[in-house]
Amino acid sequence: MILTLAFRNLFHDRIRLAVTLVGILFSIVLVAVQLGLYLGSSRMITDMIERSNSDLWITAFGAKSFEEGGTLLTSRERHQALAVPGVKAVVPLVVAFNEWRKPNGGSARVLVVGTDAEDGGLAPYNLVNGTWEDIKAPEAVAADDTYFEELGISGIGDTAQIGQSRVRVRALTHGIRSFTKSPSVFTPIDRARSLLNIDGDRATFLLVQLEQGANPETVRQELRQRLEGTEVLTKVEFRDRSLVNWLFKTGAGVALIGGALLGILVGTVIVAQTLYSSTKDHINEFATLRALGSSSGYIHKVILAQAGLSALIGYVLGMIISLLVLYLSRNSPLPLVMTPSLALGLFALTLGMCAISAVSAIVKVTKIDSATVFSR
Amino acid sequence: MSDEPVLIAENVVMELGKGAAKVMALKGVSLQLIPGELTLLMGPSGSGKTTLLSILGCILTPTSGTITIDGQSSAGLSAEQLARLRRRHIGFIFQSYNLFPTLNAIENVRIALDVLGQKGYAAASRAEEVLREVGLGNRLQNYPGTLSGGEQQRVAVARAIAASPSVVLADEPTAALDSVNGHAVMALLAKIAREQKRCVLAVTHDPRTLGYADRVIRIEDGRIVGEERRPDGLDAPEITDLTKKRRKKNV
Repeated sequence: MILTLAFRNLFHDRIRLAVTLVGILFSIVLVAVQLGLYLGSSRMITDMIERSNSDLWITAFGAKSFEEGGTLLTSRERHQALAVPGVKAVVPLVVAFNEWRKPNGGSARVLVVGTDAEDGGLAPYNLVNGTWEDIKAPEAVAADDTYFEELGISGIGDTAQIGQSRVRVRALTHGIRSFTKSPSVFTPIDRARSLLNIDGDRATFLLVQLEQGANPETVRQELRQRLEGTEVLTKVEFRDRSLVNWLFKTGAGVALIGGALLGILVGTVIVAQTLYSSTKDHINEFATLRALGSSSGYIHKVILAQAGLSALIGYVLGMIISLLVLYLSRNSPLPLVMTPSLALGLFALTLGMCAISAVSAIVKVTKIDSATVFSR
Repeated sequence: MSDEPVLIAENVVMELGKGAAKVMALKGVSLQLIPGELTLLMGPSGSGKTTLLSILGCILTPTSGTITIDGQSSAGLSAEQLARLRRRHIGFIFQSYNLFPTLNAIENVRIALDVLGQKGYAAASRAEEVLREVGLGNRLQNYPGTLSGGEQQRVAVARAIAASPSVVLADEPTAALDSVNGHAVMALLAKIAREQKRCVLAVTHDPRTLGYADRVIRIEDGRIVGEERRPDGLDAPEITDLTKKRRKKNV
């Protein structure tokens, strides 16, 4: 009967129910979009790091992120690292921004990623046209088809200029988006050095692969002692540093999380207000229940069931709209991301939000004077 | 009929308000309710009828005095313990029926059983049984808005007796009803008292109800000022006549 009464109380006043659901829906969509953007941004920022085959990253001291590696490392550091017991391989990676001159005029900023796939550090991924062999061809680069417009190209075979050198698109990747809005262009490491005017043996990062059974922490300590002026980070540390740099030092993440918090706050206030007014309208019924001998727990359960039902309906509607927005954003420069854990988290958040909203109604109902049943 | 009282009120005093606004609503009321009897509590407005009903029903706690129901004293009980006492021993009938507008007749009765922890098929069939007892077997699925006043009050009566309480307390049960429905509800209460051996107390100032009473308690200014019992063998119309004659004599 608790669920029946809660359900009937909710649906008794359809307009108020609609207001409640709009409140929850607004909150869910806002939180889903903000957190979806946050996750989408995080994924963009950390994608290259996550996909690298490395146990440790050696970076110049103070490197801010994957895109902002700072001072270049030399082959001396690479050889020093290789000499550390437990290190199997040290793969150099060149990453830097440069100017992409479009074939028909104009320019854009691109992130040149120089890597040798054979080394097993970071191979071009999401290749939809062409292979690594094609990228090794003279002047060859792999560009992302999501950014054709920004790059002023239309497909394989198009030429452009990076810095002072001519490049030809020999392979295409798909969906490698950039948080900095600068498309990533893959090319072999030597060509990347040439395009970026970097000396022959230098690298932005050194990806360290450990021998089986080696203790990462011991190796890290040893590397730190031997390599002055560098930092040795685990993949997770470097990923987190990149996230902090782009999302929090730029304020973008704060804005996204702030928006999500605002959504939660607005949703909570709207649901609390409507639940309170619903309880107030049904206060005589609750007083009757109390007079009939119901425990206060029974009445609280009715209110919480109302809140729970509102949460469930609001969540389903909110998720439908959120998934629609997600679908529409799939080809945008900043696509939303929805993961099962985010969906579950949103449900828990909705339930929590509605439960908190029920507090004011419960406080109201706790103060019922059941003697009012005789004065109606 | 057992003469053992089920509800005993002893020297109940109730003060309402504070300071200069303090009012003594009840000034030492004692009464007993016996199973099988329909007792009417009559008195003018402001005499303390409803306050006494609230205290007898363990909704209000008296300033002093004791209430004992089925041997259990209400003294010193917390709000939750009083609620437990109410749901186990007392059924309420209200002047304005106090039905849940969003629940149909059978659900309105079931909720009283649900509060008591009786759920599922057993509760549904008990609710149906009592609704048939009060003559609403054909209105089980009707919502209060589609029932007449008399029918709504009968749903309220069914709700009050569904959990088989030993005491049924009714607050002005006929006040909102026309003559026909008023008589029907009083006849029902009298039947519940006599056939189901329950204590039924109805607060009223409706003279139409007199004929159904086994006992009439008169209250004025917070004190019980008189008690009349239906003489043995006298039926409903005769006790009404007796009251009229007594009133004439007093005039």
